Amino acid sequence: MSLLSIENLSLSIHGTNILRDVSLRIEPGEIHAVTGESGSGKSMTAFTVMQLLPNGAKASGRVMLGGDDVLQADEARMCSLRGARVGMVFQEPMTALNPVKTIGDQVAETILIHGAMPRDAAYARAREVLQRVGLPEDRFPLSRYPHELSGGQRQRVVIAIAIALQPDLLIADEPTTALDVTTQAQILDLLKRLVSEDDMGMLMITHDLAVVADMAHRITVMRHGEVVETGPTAELLRNRRHPYTRMLFEASTHQVNLPPLPPPAPLLEARDVRRSYRLPRTRLLEAPGEFEAVRGVSFTLNAGERLGLVGESGCGKSTLTRAILGLEPLQGGEILLNGAPIRAQGREADAIRRSMQVVFQDPFGSFNPRHRVNRLITEPFHLLPDPPRGAAREAAISEALHAVGLSPDDARKYIHEFSGGQRQRIAIARALIIKPDLILFDEAVSALDVSVRAQILDLLADLCAQYGLAYLFISHDLSVVRSVTDRVMVMQAGEIVEEGITEEVFSNPQHPYTRALIAAAPVLDLEGAA
Amino acid sequence: MLRYALKRLLSLVISLAVASVVIFMVIEVAPGDPAQFMLGLNAQPDTVAALRAELGLDLPKWQRYLSWAGGMMTGDFGMSYTYRTPVSQMIADRMWVSLPLALYALTLSTLIAFPAGIFAAAHRGGPGDVAVMGATQLGVAIPNFWFAMMLVLVFAINLRWFSAGGFPGWDGGVWAGLKALTLPAIAQALPQAAILARVMRSALLDVLGEDFIRTARAKGLSRRQALWRHGVRNALIPVLTIIGLQFAFLLAGAIIIEQVFYLPGLGRLIFQAISSRDLIVVESVVMLLVFAVIVVNFTVDLAYAAVDPRLRNRT
Repeated sequence: MSLLSIENLSLSIHGTNILRDVSLRIEPGEIHAVTGESGSGKSMTAFTVMQLLPNGAKASGRVMLGGDDVLQADEARMCSLRGARVGMVFQEPMTALNPVKTIGDQVAETILIHGAMPRDAAYARAREVLQRVGLPEDRFPLSRYPHELSGGQRQRVVIAIAIALQPDLLIADEPTTALDVTTQAQILDLLKRLVSEDDMGMLMITHDLAVVADMAHRITVMRHGEVVETGPTAELLRNRRHPYTRMLFEASTHQVNLPPLPPPAPLLEARDVRRSYRLPRTRLLEAPGEFEAVRGVSFTLNAGERLGLVGESGCGKSTLTRAILGLEPLQGGEILLNGAPIRAQGREADAIRRSMQVVFQDPFGSFNPRHRVNRLITEPFHLLPDPPRGAAREAAISEALHAVGLSPDDARKYIHEFSGGQRQRIAIARALIIKPDLILFDEAVSALDVSVRAQILDLLADLCAQYGLAYLFISHDLSVVRSVTDRVMVMQAGEIVEEGITEEVFSNPQHPYTRALIAAAPVLDLEGAA
Repeated sequence: MLRYALKRLLSLVISLAVASVVIFMVIEVAPGDPAQFMLGLNAQPDTVAALRAELGLDLPKWQRYLSWAGGMMTGDFGMSYTYRTPVSQMIADRMWVSLPLALYALTLSTLIAFPAGIFAAAHRGGPGDVAVMGATQLGVAIPNFWFAMMLVLVFAINLRWFSAGGFPGWDGGVWAGLKALTLPAIAQALPQAAILARVMRSALLDVLGEDFIRTARAKGLSRRQALWRHGVRNALIPVLTIIGLQFAFLLAGAIIIEQVFYLPGLGRLIFQAISSRDLIVVESVVMLLVFAVIVVNFTVDLAYAAVDPRLRNRT
């Protein structure tokens, strides 16, 4: 008998169909990855197994967890299954733990709530489990609170909670999506080890095909709530029978064709840029300490050049980005755009700002929902001494929307009428409308599905060819940076540790940190699988 | 934690010093000479001057501030200009009414608000939630003096369970005192309870939407267990803030209710003192209320740290 067998599962929430005829099985010791783009229903499949669905959910079919059909089980039965027979790991480790309870209490609670053992034994087990997930007691005592741990360490605690009672099945919903690549590699190794040691089955939900290819024994590809294709990993990677699977894999290894570089002429210059923050005073009369987020960064971005900036969270890349935008005061050095320092106030600041625009990560949070698209994308016009009016303004709006592949009719719509990818196009249109020399892309494609991401990257390449656009592309995603930049800088602890032609840096990294980053990043190697 | 407490204590002392200077200065610039006021408009100038000297009003301002502030630290608040009795005695008598009333009202308000708020959050969108929310809407909307009058009408005049007003003092026993304060406490507590219940509900609903509640459910906790073990404590921070603000209000802002129930409390004292230009009494009562508010805030700060470990290492 399979550990988990889902047969013809259909699910609707308040009458909207979410899943249709989903079937899959997991055997002990098997890692089964469910992948697909957002809205494919992969997470809902996991939550159906846990019966942690939102209100108004109606499921039909059979979901057999060992001998129990969870669709028929009452709430009391489900409470006894959750945590004991099936454990779950979530995407966001920063918020998955209760901030006011110690990690020891939170791990032991899984054991105590099921009455599995007396209090002392439960805490002894908690200690053991934390040790197993790589948090030994001498360095991470049970009395630690979540805020005293890093993201990766917190994810280890979440895993400890999930495996404390050695469940048969572990469900991991995007367990490494919120983590840095080096941390991701460690957590994936840990999960693999736990699965093989305990002979658990694992249902792994992820959108990242490179992770899937590395981890899973079997893959199920989903789209719009239906299973598109399923099979053993090697076979599925080799054959990719279904056109959607093929599209998905091609999109995630998508390469764009950047136009050739114009002759070098400096556009943006950073010279020994320093930015430090005052730390809170620890003693009354002593000077407060300082944290140097950016320590003496220098680089030049030439006109028409596509420059990448990579690094893990906390390396200072966001601070540097904000400094370039003139949003952070500098403690040393200077940043010049077209030869003029960008920290200037007043009219000169406007002149500088209009030659530089930015596109942010979150396509949902970076627009005022009460304004129409025409007002949103003309926002940069306030930087112009004489903004276009009337017909000229309409023409500019149409041109910008057209340039990003949208229709001029979209100008009258509100932002909620668009998908994530379309919103990111609108963000690019907003940046383009005053014809800047430079655009900063701050994790601009990180929140997008692979197929949408591929389209946006193509759009960038087109815009480069059309407008001679230069950009600084800031991202944690190495494969994307590799494909859309000419030159790349690697940042660690506030410093640029390596810089060079993108292809050379990736194929022959010099700095140990760059090597570690590239080694940790999972790679989808379709040629190797074929 | 100790470090945090000491820091809060230091800020308490500084706040008090600043507040005392501000209060002294504000009262000094207010028009009207107390000596003139006490003797009436027809008094001889030399009589007024003599009284000013007797009251110490002719001394330089900084000297008067120091003697006032220094006296207060030793419990000597000076003499009332109008009643010619020690201010400390007058305040102490009133304090024994106002402080118990405020504590009584706050206890009632918390006892009503916590269960109501938690119940409403646990049954979000259900008939129970709608009923609680409707009741709190009403509680916020009804003015407390009107509600106080209704209480008197029903429980004092018709049912004769309580007296309609006045305070017998604590000499007649704790029960007699508490009984006299019951209707005023209810009248004070209900609007506060309505606000507090709403804050509790919305804070708890925010917490129940958090990821760690889902983690708790995935461990095998029922909805109810997750709410009690992981929800309530996390929802306490905004609730504590409101409780602190409410206590200060209940202590200082009871004047209307004191008037309705003929209670000899601080609110009426300050009102009388202001109308008779009894500056020393006004200064002292205001200073005392400021002291109470600052102490309450200090307590709330300590309570925050007890609830949330993340605040303990903050500076």
